Formats: sequence, structure tokens, C-alpha cells
Amino acid sequence: MNWFEGISLCPGGAVGPIHVLPALTNQKGVSLPTVEEELERLEAARETALARLEEQRAAAREQLGEEEAEIFRLHALMLEDQDFVETAQKAVRAGRCAEDGVREAEETFAAAFRALDDPYLQGRMADVEEVSRLWREVLAGGAGRLELERPAILWAKECSSGELIALDRDKALGLVVEHMAPDSHAAILVRAMGLPTVTGIAPQKHWEGVYAALDAERGRLWLEPEESVRAALEQKCRQAQARRRELERWRDAPVRTRDGRTVTVCANIGSAREAALALEQGAQGVGLFRTEFLCLDKERSPGEEEQFAVYRQALEAMQGRRVVIRTLDIGGDKHPPWLETGQGENPALGLRGIRLSLKRPELFVPQLRAVLRAARYGKAAVMFPMVTSPAEVRNARKLLERCRAELEEEGLPTGEVEVGVMIETPAAALMAGELAEEADFFSIGTNDLTQYTLAMDRQDPDLQGMYDSRHPAVLALIRRTVEEGHRHGRRVALCGQLGADRDMTKTLLQMGVDELSVPVGEVLALKEHISGLELSQKRE
Amino acid sequence: MKEFTYRITHPNGLHGRPAAGLVTAARELDSAVTVQKGDKRAAADRIMALMTLGVVQGDTVTITVEGGDEERSLEQIKNYFENNL
Repeated sequence: MNWFEGISLCPGGAVGPIHVLPALTNQKGVSLPTVEEELERLEAARETALARLEEQRAAAREQLGEEEAEIFRLHALMLEDQDFVETAQKAVRAGRCAEDGVREAEETFAAAFRALDDPYLQGRMADVEEVSRLWREVLAGGAGRLELERPAILWAKECSSGELIALDRDKALGLVVEHMAPDSHAAILVRAMGLPTVTGIAPQKHWEGVYAALDAERGRLWLEPEESVRAALEQKCRQAQARRRELERWRDAPVRTRDGRTVTVCANIGSAREAALALEQGAQGVGLFRTEFLCLDKERSPGEEEQFAVYRQALEAMQGRRVVIRTLDIGGDKHPPWLETGQGENPALGLRGIRLSLKRPELFVPQLRAVLRAARYGKAAVMFPMVTSPAEVRNARKLLERCRAELEEEGLPTGEVEVGVMIETPAAALMAGELAEEADFFSIGTNDLTQYTLAMDRQDPDLQGMYDSRHPAVLALIRRTVEEGHRHGRRVALCGQLGADRDMTKTLLQMGVDELSVPVGEVLALKEHISGLELSQKRE
Repeated sequence: MKEFTYRITHPNGLHGRPAAGLVTAARELDSAVTVQKGDKRAAADRIMALMTLGVVQGDTVTITVEGGDEERSLEQIKNYFENNL
């Protein structure tokens, strides 16, 4: 039995035959068409692509709304753009094949976007690439590559968001794709569609038709699985489907325990687009918006405008529900290439989180300004990571107020911003009383709190089974944080993995935790679970 | 030839939806419309050229209208900028 491991983009399971999608590659050396024939082929493909964009736009409008459909209008305009089309035609006239012509146009215009000053505009490069990919798809005869004859697990090298929209959801059981960035439009779509997807596994042609089982939860694909694996996964799929239907009813319901305690259930997100999904999955807010995606894998630090656009998008998507934006938690093991700081021998204990932000105002100020400006579009909060002393919070707050004053001077409007402190070091938990005087709310980050309390690296394979967020020392720090927070009238949230550990929900709520923030896919199940809990100690 | 200058207030600048809308609006006119930022110019009915002007919030651009019913075209384009950008 064979199995492959990749990265899960959307959890779920699927069992069925594999269908390998033809690659979108150049078909060189098939024949030698004349320049005229090749120009005709280029133009015919462009018209087909335009027709498909129109279909996709209509489909997107129906399934996802006007907003999501807009992207297809922009893509159609790009494909009609005279300069873009002429660049492709020129290459074909020079004797190159139609596919090469499209690549030439793609590279020319992607480079033009890349050369812009504004990081947000630079990002539009992705639209050029997407349009070009569609054009190449049609040229490769892949126009109907997703018209499936029978239900199958799809296996592809790459897959555009346009193709995904057109996918027949009844026949696509799951998707294995070699390249798909977790943050891409396509990845957001597979999550919105609930299509079990794993990336990072390269397709192999000879697996066409082979029976397979996809466990997208663990990022695993089994080829010709043993009966036991297959049966288990099949049952899991059926149960998952029934479960999804069952959970729907919690979407808009408020959460109250059986004995009447109201609890807030929020979502952790890692990109602005995920906010829309969080709302759809019943989240009552975003308890943790990680902002590291703005910097990792990028060539330079993120600017104010780019961040403003991203935060505004998330705030608008949440329609007035609170969005807690955690300021950059880089340094340590998350070290983007442009960050010019030395990496000490022990990065987990080095210059990271709020320490780095305070030391590098050229990074911190644009982020604070972007949050202040975006705050007009919803209910915004900032939260500082890795705090160990009240002075850090005071200094960060001072900087925030200075940014506000400067923005007002420049005539740029700002909004209300709550200030929160992440409790994820033993120092912060032990000083919760003092910190509560500086902060509007707390959020306990149990992953780092466990690591620092137990002096155990979560990633260390030798410590598996020892690293434990339920350790009495960790729980004692959580209890202390809640008590001190409440004594000062502060809300106390919890956003680490422990929040999604349902065996611990009751204990945490009994300690007094007001809000749990968990991955988007866990929100509904947690809401249901809390509604069945009885917190008060039973008498007799 | 008629022209006016305009300061962009849309937070995302001239790209994406506002740019797509401008192309659609410009196509409906019988005048040639160009947008200029600094020494870079772009025809308003060409999306790639418009977006690669790199116009962001706070930039001032000059819009030129030439040929056809210039007065009417100017008014329509001005309207579009004021309502969308």
C-alpha cells in the first residue's frame, strides 16, 4: 500500500477513483503551423476564454455573491486589453507558438506590476498570471478538463480559481494539487466550497483511474488502500456529511451553557479572505488575526497601504463583529528574509513579538497606522504578542496614540481601537494584575504559554507526549490570568490550541474564560459543545 | 481638448474594481480619454496601462478628453471619478 503526505488546505475525506487532470503545458513539436494559423488559434482561444470568464462570472455571482464575481469582470477586461493581446500576437508573428505568445504577454505585464512602488498594486501581478493561465488552459485544449464523467478525486499540477468555480461539486470528491499557496484565491475558494484538498503532492500520470482514499484532515492520500483504511474513511465521509448538516443550526445561534452562562466563540484567521468564511461558519468575531502572512515569503516589509486594505477587508467582512489584529509576531523561528536582525542561538527566547516591534518602529508604526485607519470600517482591536512587562504595553500604547495624533494632523480619519495583551509567557501570567491596568482585554495564547512554562519545544519530536497544555502548571497560570483580569473588569479570551480541546472546554469555562477563539472549521462544533455543558457543580 | 485634475481618495487607488469601472465608462464615450500621473500616460480604456500607472490614494492625476462631444464626455468622466475614486 502506498501513501503520500501533503499539506491540508481544506479538511474532509474522499474515497474514489483518481482522475489526473491534463497539465497546462506547451504542446510543442506536434506540427508546424503557419504564423497565420497560429494567430488564429491564439485568437480563438482568447474568445473561448472570454466566454468562459462570462460563465464563471455568472456562476460566481449566483454562488458567492456580487463581490466575488467582480474579479471575473476585471479578468475579462485584461483579456480584452489591446496592449496585452498585441504583446502575445507580436511574439507569434515573430515565429513563436501561441502558448509562448501568452507567456511573453504574461511576463511583460507581470514585470510591469512588479516594478510598481506600492506593494498592494504589485500584488495585482497575480491577476495577470491568472488570466494568462486561463488563456493557456484553453490553448492546451484543457477547456473541458474539469468536465467530469464520473465522481473522482482530482489530481492536478495547478488549478485556477476560475476552474474551481466551474467544478461540478457532486462529481469532485476531493482535490490533490501540487502547487496551491494556502493564501491564494484558489485556496480560499476550496475552503468556501468545502472541497477536501491537499497540496504538495506531485501528480503521476499512471495513477489515472486508481482507487484512492483522501484523508484531507491529515493531508494524506492512500493509493489502493486496504479495505480497513477505505472502510474507515468512507464511514468518516458519511459521518462528516451528516455532521455538517447537523451543525448548521448553530450558525446564527448565540452560545449559552445549559445553566445560562453566555460564552463568545470566535475564529482564528490568517488572511483577510478567511474572515468571510469565519462569519459564514458562525464566528461571533475574530479572536486572533495573525498578520505574519503579510511578511513571510515577501521580499520586503509590508507597507501601511497594503496593511490598511487587508485589515479593512477583514473588518468589513465581519460586519461589525470584533476583529482582534495581533501585531507582527515575527523574529524567532519566523524570520522573513528582509528582517536584518541577528538570529541568536535560541530564537524562541530572542528578539521577537512586541520586543522586535518596539525596537523597530519602522516596522511597527505602519502597522499601527493601518489598524487605526481601518478601524473606521468595523470594530477593531490590536493585541501585542510576547509581552513580559507592563512597560512594554505602556510603550506600545504611547506609540499607538502618537500614530493617531499624527494621522489626525495629516487629515486621515481614524477609528476606536481596543488594546489587548497576549498572555503567553509565565511572566505575563504572573503579572496579570499589573498588565490588566494597561490593557482593555487579555487573550491567552496557550501554545507558547505551554512551551515557556514547561521549557519544552512543541516541535521537538522527542518530547511528544510530554508537551502538554493541560499540565497543572499551565492551568494554574490560566486560572491566575482569568482571576486577575476579572478583578480589574477585563475580558479574558483564550486563542491557543487548548481552546479547541473539547475535553477541556468545561474546565476553562469554569475557570471563567469569557471567550474561546478557535480555527474557523471548529467554530460550529464548539458552539454546539458549549450549549450542552453544565458548569455549576451539581448538588447531591 | 479638455482636461481636469483630480485627487484620488479611494483607499485602494486606481486598480481593481474602480479601474474596471473606468474602462467600462470610457468605452461608452466617443472621445479619447487619457489619464496622466507624473510623466506617465494611459488611455482610459486600457486596463493594464491604467493599473500600471500605479495610482494610489492621495495621488493627483490629470484627465484629458479629446474628440467627439468633449463637453459631455468630460462631464461623464468627471462624474465617474467623483463618485468612485
